[in-house]
Amino acid sequence: MTGNVQMPDLKNTSSKGSKILGVSSLVGFAVLVVLAFFLTDPDIRFHPETGEEFGQFDAVRLLYIHVPLISVTYLAFVICAIASAGYLIRRTLWWDSLAHSSAEVGTLTCALVLATGSIWGRPVWNTWWEWGDVRIMSTLILFLMFLGYLALRRAFESPQRAARPAAVVALIAVLDIPLINRSVEWWGNRTLHQKSTLSEFKIEDLTLFTLMFGILISLLVMTWLILHRFRIAWLEHIEFEQGVQTAIEERRQIDTKEKQR
Amino acid sequence: MTDIWLIARKDLKIEMRSRVLMNQVAPFALIILVLFGIALDADQKSLRNFASGLFWISVLLCALMAIARSMTIERDEGALVGLNLSGVDPSGVFLGKACAIAIQLLVLEVFLGVGIILLYGSEVEDLWLLISTGLFACIAVSALGTIFGFLASGLGVRETLLPILLLPLLLPLLIGATRAFDDALGIAAVNGWNWFAFVAGLTVILTGVGVAANYLIVEN
Repeated sequence: MTGNVQMPDLKNTSSKGSKILGVSSLVGFAVLVVLAFFLTDPDIRFHPETGEEFGQFDAVRLLYIHVPLISVTYLAFVICAIASAGYLIRRTLWWDSLAHSSAEVGTLTCALVLATGSIWGRPVWNTWWEWGDVRIMSTLILFLMFLGYLALRRAFESPQRAARPAAVVALIAVLDIPLINRSVEWWGNRTLHQKSTLSEFKIEDLTLFTLMFGILISLLVMTWLILHRFRIAWLEHIEFEQGVQTAIEERRQIDTKEKQR
Repeated sequence: MTDIWLIARKDLKIEMRSRVLMNQVAPFALIILVLFGIALDADQKSLRNFASGLFWISVLLCALMAIARSMTIERDEGALVGLNLSGVDPSGVFLGKACAIAIQLLVLEVFLGVGIILLYGSEVEDLWLLISTGLFACIAVSALGTIFGFLASGLGVRETLLPILLLPLLLPLLIGATRAFDDALGIAAVNGWNWFAFVAGLTVILTGVGVAANYLIVEN
C-alpha cells in the first residue's frame, strides 16, 4: 500500500506549523488556568427565602477543564469513526493512521473526563462515583470500548492487518456518543447531571468566555496531539513496510545463492 | 437459510461429540455460582437479592468460553479457510455460528437458572418474563460475540482480547436483563416488562450491528 516508500530522515515529528500550534496551545492553556482558577468567580448563590449559601463554590472552576475535555473527546472519536469509514471505503493508510491517532487522543481525553468529573463530583455531589448515573456509565462504556479498540490494534503484528477490524470496532463504539449526549434528556430521572446550560444561554460574561476559550484551547491541544500521533503512525506503517521488503529481499538473495550452488 | 442451518448443525454436532459444553462450560458455571456463594459469606438473603446480577455475570463469563470454543473449532487446521472457500454465504456462516452459540447459551441459562433456584433459594414470580428476557439477551450476546470472536480469532491473544472488546458493549444489556430478572424473581419492585422492552430493543440493534459488521469484516 505504501509501495517502496523510504523512511524519512527525521529527528522528531514536529514541523514549523506544529511547533507554532504547540506553543499556542501551551500559552493558551496557561491563560485558561489563570482565567479558570483566579479571574472567574466561584459559584455562590443564596436561597431566596432562607438566605443560605449554596452552589458549587470553587469546584465550578474544574468545569472549565472538564466540559472542554468532553467536547474534544466526542470530536476525537467522531474523527476516528469518519476516518474508519474512510478506510473501509478507500483502504489507504492515511485514513487508518488518522483513525488510530484520533482514537488514542480520544481515549486519553476520555480518561481525563472521567477523572476530572470524579474529582468535581466529590464536593458537589458528595460522591466520587455514581453507579446509577446513565451519563457516567455510558461514558465509562465508551472509554472501555476504545481501550478494547487500542488493544485490538496492538494485537496484530502488522498495522495493515489491524486496520479493518479496528475500523469496524470504531464504527460500533462511536454509536455510544449520541447515547451519552442525549442521556440527560432521555433518562432525566436516572442521572445527577444537569441539562445543558450552554445551549440555553444560562451562563454569561466571563464564565461563558472562559468556557468557550477552554473549548478552543482544548481543540488546539487535540489537533496538536493528533498531528504528532498521526506522523508516528505513518512512520510505523513505513517502518513495517520496509521491514517486510527487507525480509523479502534477504530471502531472494538466499534463494539466488542456493541456486548458484 | 439452508446455509445457516448447515453451519449451526455442524457446530452443534461437533459440540455433541466433543461435549465441551457439558463437560467444561457447565461445571465452570456451577463453580462460579458456588464461588459467589462463598464470597458473599453464604448469606442466603444476600444471595437471593443479588441472584439476577450473579446469574447474568455467570452467563456472560460462560458465553466468553462458548464463543472462544466456537472460534477455536474454525481456527484449528485452517477450517475457516475451507469454510470460506466452500461457497457458503458469509452471512450464513455468521448467522449459523451465532445460532449455534445461542442454542448452547440457552442450555446454559436453563442450567444456571436451576442453579440459582436450588443454591440461592430464588423464587420465580413471572416465568414468561424470565424466559423472554433470557431468550432475547442470549440472541444479542451470541450475535455480537460471534462478530468479536471472528475479529479476535487468529490472534495469539484472543482469550484476553475477546472480553475487552465484548463486555463493555454488553454492559447495557447486562443492566436491562438484570432489572428484568429482578422483577421476574420478585427481588425488586421494578417494571420488568419495561426492562424487557429495553433488552429486546438492544437485541435488535446489536444483532443488526453484528450482521452489518459481518459484511465489513468478511474479506472479498
